[in-house]
Amino acid sequence: MDRGRYLNKHKQRREMSKIILTVDDSSSIRQVVSFTLKEAGYTVLEACDGQDALNKITGSSLHMVVTDLNMPNLDGIGLIKKLRMDPIHKFIPIIMLTTESQNEKKMEGKAAGATGWIVKPFKPEQLLAVVKKVLG
Amino acid sequence: MIPDVHQKAFIEEATELLSELEQTLLDLEENRDDKDLIGKVFRALHTIKGSSGMFGFDEMAHFTHDIENVYDLIRNGELPVTKEIIDLTLAARDQLYIMLGHDKSNFSLDGNKTEEILNKSKKIIEEYRKYSSKNKAIPEPKPVPEVKNTCRSDLQSSKSYNIHFKPSQNIFMGGTNPVLLLNELRDLGETRFITHTEAIPDLSEMNPEFCYFYWDIVLTTDKGIDAINDVFIFLGDDSDLQIKECENIDSVTNNSKDAGNVKIQQGNANAGDSALESALDNDKIKSNVENKADKNKSNSKKIKDNQDAHHEIDSASSLRVSTEKLDELVNLVSELVTIQARLVQIASQSDNSAIMAITEEVERITWELRDSALNIRMLPIGTTFSKFKRLVRDLSNELGKEVELTTEGAETELDKTVLEKLNDPLIHIIRNSIDHGIENPDEREKGNKTRMGTIKLSASQSGGNVLIKISDDGAGIDKEQIKAKAIASKLLPENSDASDADIFSMIFAPGFSTAKKVTSVSGRGVGMDVVKRSIESLRGSVEIESTLNKGTTISLKLPLTLAIIDGLLVKIAEETYVIPLSSVEECIELVQSDIEKVNGRHIVNIRGEIVPYIDIRERFGIMGFVPEIRQVVIADINGTRIGFMVDKVIGQHQTVLKTLGKAYKNVDGVSGATILGDGSVALILDITKLADKETYEESLTVGQLA
Repeated sequence: MDRGRYLNKHKQRREMSKIILTVDDSSSIRQVVSFTLKEAGYTVLEACDGQDALNKITGSSLHMVVTDLNMPNLDGIGLIKKLRMDPIHKFIPIIMLTTESQNEKKMEGKAAGATGWIVKPFKPEQLLAVVKKVLG
Repeated sequence: MIPDVHQKAFIEEATELLSELEQTLLDLEENRDDKDLIGKVFRALHTIKGSSGMFGFDEMAHFTHDIENVYDLIRNGELPVTKEIIDLTLAARDQLYIMLGHDKSNFSLDGNKTEEILNKSKKIIEEYRKYSSKNKAIPEPKPVPEVKNTCRSDLQSSKSYNIHFKPSQNIFMGGTNPVLLLNELRDLGETRFITHTEAIPDLSEMNPEFCYFYWDIVLTTDKGIDAINDVFIFLGDDSDLQIKECENIDSVTNNSKDAGNVKIQQGNANAGDSALESALDNDKIKSNVENKADKNKSNSKKIKDNQDAHHEIDSASSLRVSTEKLDELVNLVSELVTIQARLVQIASQSDNSAIMAITEEVERITWELRDSALNIRMLPIGTTFSKFKRLVRDLSNELGKEVELTTEGAETELDKTVLEKLNDPLIHIIRNSIDHGIENPDEREKGNKTRMGTIKLSASQSGGNVLIKISDDGAGIDKEQIKAKAIASKLLPENSDASDADIFSMIFAPGFSTAKKVTSVSGRGVGMDVVKRSIESLRGSVEIESTLNKGTTISLKLPLTLAIIDGLLVKIAEETYVIPLSSVEECIELVQSDIEKVNGRHIVNIRGEIVPYIDIRERFGIMGFVPEIRQVVIADINGTRIGFMVDKVIGQHQTVLKTLGKAYKNVDGVSGATILGDGSVALILDITKLADKETYEESLTVGQLA
């Protein structure tokens, strides 16, 4: 009985283990996003800017991306556009992290193909709610 | 809510960002049009704002918000960078630093202090507002709907809604899965779906990446219309969404059916046109996207070029390691060096050539390992230099002087520990230079100098030492004034004919100050003696050169590292001692008859020069057989040649420094110990201290004689 429950739980966890990439130049934000998502059973990859993200995902397939907008090298908008042109990642949900002063950016991101956004500062459970919402 | 680990990570990151911000601001002041620097300031502020709110630093987030707005305007070319803005941003940076909890004085829960900070912050923000209203009003940020997922506690009675949801055809391109949205609606309450499939074209015309479905939904829920809106919060304007509240469910269902039918017919009629239109639109979008992608490419190339110009360190190529781990590594390497010395000794006693070969190999690798381990601890001195830019800027503002700081040799590397301990002495010296050295602009003009004074910080490596020079083009030091003051405070006898170097060294005497008035910056007479002591504790030395009305140069000589030094192994009776090789100049032999010639006084004649020496045997009270021929190690201590008499000089030795521990902290004349190849312990002589004590005692006996 116990074993069965364990296996069941284990199976659930494995099924849930979708890969999410978090892109942010702030390591503390990355840490929180990564920690929160890992706690919820997702597999998390980290990248420090758009270019780094593109380098890291070549050849692999992600289930979702959570990206900051203001980053050096390649910003969030640029990253979203590139991902939407990539046949593998064309349809994956992409969530952008914005601040309330970035309304225009939000619209720009949406036009570039972002699925949704989270306003900073956010609580871990808010992040999870949004991830659940777009990832199912 | 947020675990402590994250908060710590944030504080660490923010601290780094703030010091980077300071540097960038100072650079920006020099190159006010540099778009990269402006972008960097903005990003730093943005990250601080974004993160601080998440980690419970709400005040910081609030405070940074306004400053970020100003830089947003600057970034868009709507505001110029001015000194006023830089001043305010620097002040704001300091506030943020305090808010992070770095200022220890604010650790106590003093309500007044907190309020004071808040008031200061408010003032800064107000000044910003004033500034921006003077130039251009900041557009008030539009409130953005937040994702609400708090359960509404107000119990509403169930209501029914008629939802018409027609996603745009390319909804998938935005990563949205409409099925998930429908599932969410299902979770809200009782639903009835009417799925419209009429828009699906023939297979030949169908684009499998498009969504052709649309839905009419009747939802009965007690969660209110906001909850429904939340479901579709991310839905773009290009999708069609209508939510209407209905009172009678049955009539709604019927109505919606009718409405659906009407729409279908309309849809059919327009199907051909709209398909054509959307196809056209798609082409447009595609070419747009491609254009933009090209632009992005060239942009990122530009950024890369700029980065190269800025010599930025690639974050991926460096690794952050805690200092403890490094210390442990250096400790282990030190042990290895010691063991290796033993191996060499034992191997040399055996005749086994294979062992000898291995020993040599081990020796070579050990030295390389030692060098790279010590090298890891090396940091460029430039990071310390850049801190002083701010100090010079603030101090010169405060004192009404115009001072420019130039640096040279910022890439010179020094051990991290040395670098950290160097900070305070350098601050003291620079403060002195600005306060006493550099004159007021008006005075400088009278003296045919430029209004702007210059302080030059330079660092260079020479052998095992790093030479740091702090020179200013200020008033210089008045020798006569110092002499008079020294005589008045009985540091020098009257009518003394002390050399320039001796007079300048008076500055380092405790409590010595010639400043006529005490300013907030310096003049209290503490400082230079602290400088001297802390440099000496790093086994370094200080020198002053000064020309009246031309300027002063203070030179600091520091060892590259504190962990391993080159030592000279000497023997007294059965004991072995180490003298730091860096200050050793030469070794001479002395026979008993030579000593008798000068009536037992501790002086030796080297090529016509009289050099005093200290007999270590006598000094440490070592008994035993005194050999006929003894040796004197001549060392240079702060410009004076002093000898140290030992029984025998053995040779050079790579000395791994070990402290003696707390119990022997107060032992004079010994700075530490090391382990020799045979496993025995050798004490490291602190020759500076030994020499100091000797001259002090000598001056006492001179006093007694007089």
